[in-house]
Amino acid sequence: MVSKKKFPIFEKNKKLVYLDNAATSQRPQSVLGAMDTFYKTTNANIHRGVYTLSEEATKAYEKAREKVAEFINADHSEIVFTKNTTESINLIANTIKPLFKKGKDTIILTQLEHHSNLIPWQQLAKKNNLKLVYIPITNDYDLDYEQAKKLINEKTALFACTYLSNVFGTIIDVKKLIALAKEKEAFTFIDAAQAAAHLPIDVKQLQCDFLAFSGHKIYGPFGIGALYGKKQLLEKLEPFQYGGGMIQSVSYQDATFANAPQKFEAGTPPITGAVGLAAAIDFVNENGLKNIQKQEYELIAYAYKKLKMLNNLELYLPPLEKNGGVISFNLKEIHPHDVAEILNKDNIAIRAGHHCCMPLMKKLNKTGTCRISFAAYNTKEDIDKLIESLKKVQEVFA
Amino acid sequence: MDMYTEMILDLYKNPRNKGALKNPTHESKKINPLCGDELCLQLIIDDQKIKEVKFQGQGCAISQAAASLLTDKIKNISVDEAKHLNKETVLELLHIPISPARLKCALLSLDALQGALNK
Repeated sequence: MVSKKKFPIFEKNKKLVYLDNAATSQRPQSVLGAMDTFYKTTNANIHRGVYTLSEEATKAYEKAREKVAEFINADHSEIVFTKNTTESINLIANTIKPLFKKGKDTIILTQLEHHSNLIPWQQLAKKNNLKLVYIPITNDYDLDYEQAKKLINEKTALFACTYLSNVFGTIIDVKKLIALAKEKEAFTFIDAAQAAAHLPIDVKQLQCDFLAFSGHKIYGPFGIGALYGKKQLLEKLEPFQYGGGMIQSVSYQDATFANAPQKFEAGTPPITGAVGLAAAIDFVNENGLKNIQKQEYELIAYAYKKLKMLNNLELYLPPLEKNGGVISFNLKEIHPHDVAEILNKDNIAIRAGHHCCMPLMKKLNKTGTCRISFAAYNTKEDIDKLIESLKKVQEVFA
Repeated sequence: MDMYTEMILDLYKNPRNKGALKNPTHESKKINPLCGDELCLQLIIDDQKIKEVKFQGQGCAISQAAASLLTDKIKNISVDEAKHLNKETVLELLHIPISPARLKCALLSLDALQGALNK
């Protein structure tokens, strides 16, 4: 178990039970320290100055790119730094259309998608008169892979999918789906925002065209995201934003652009964010993603056992072995907001609401759920406190 | 003071003016973007007076209690008076501390009322 002592937030908030890691994780001192040190010792803009400090800052930024590349088994030239996963998705959704072959008129998503992996594609479809088709979910909160086989076809231009559901915690067999899409020569985009802190990711093994994740959900800072794209595809895409840092040469009437990934990084990028993300990846590597995964699985199993013992509790949970650290539930007749409000009195932070998945909630016929989500620092005691507090909620509403 | 007072909990379990009107003259549906809760408010306005009011929709204890209290308050008052009701009116009716995060819940029915009156 990773000690809470490594995370300054728990020092200031000793009683805090933080179970909203799917929204954002807490940061270890090593990440905060790396960013602090950068500002104090290496701060300068990158790719600009010929002076030592700027060179060092550039080195730190590019080292972070290498670190991210290594983390998901990509080449550093295939990593674009963005603001977050949402921006990464918007980048591709705004630039991919010219690469769609004639006759390909459908975008395939799943019913599980977060708004961030839904609306950008929805807009792309609307603007270009493309069809938007969703792979349905099953009764046990998994994807219907049989339907996926039927829905992904010759007309499919692009398939985009989450790696790990932020509502049900379901780990999606994206490898299988990518293979289906590849067979039909469709582009593939994997939203790994939830997955990155919980599952080892290997883009070479997955064979996806694009994959994105955010720093802040993997113990890193806000404001930095990483987009992976196969090199030959990134080279073919037009820039998404224009400005300094992404050019080859500029005249008053024209401009030519740098190669990927710089082509997609207009303006001063989140340099300290990249440094922080690199430190976060170090933190994950030191603790071992496989170890973290194992600990989190134990927590899920423990929480499941405890939650099941409560009366009038509805769980929305895939089979445990398919769960990547998220549990959604409702207490019957009690609104999730009321549950979260009362839990907050006991310093327990959970998420309540639609989790940026309004269409999915509608499908479940719920306005929202309560959601707990784990990180490496959570403990069984956290779950015990949650259960005691949930009992209190039921007493209040009894 | 606690948010979940007896009154709030009672109104949650036994809401007032909940249901649908047969022939509403005015109607508005609002969604709380925070949680996706929907609230539909219907009115029968006759001679510039609110004669009847009902609301429908799921919601948390705060939004449901506020809807009960607000609909009670506007029955048989003039449209003009109803238009002047504001955030403070609802907070006074609820008589509990509302955190900034929950303000949207508390004011959902007021939002729907204003929507219905401005149609």
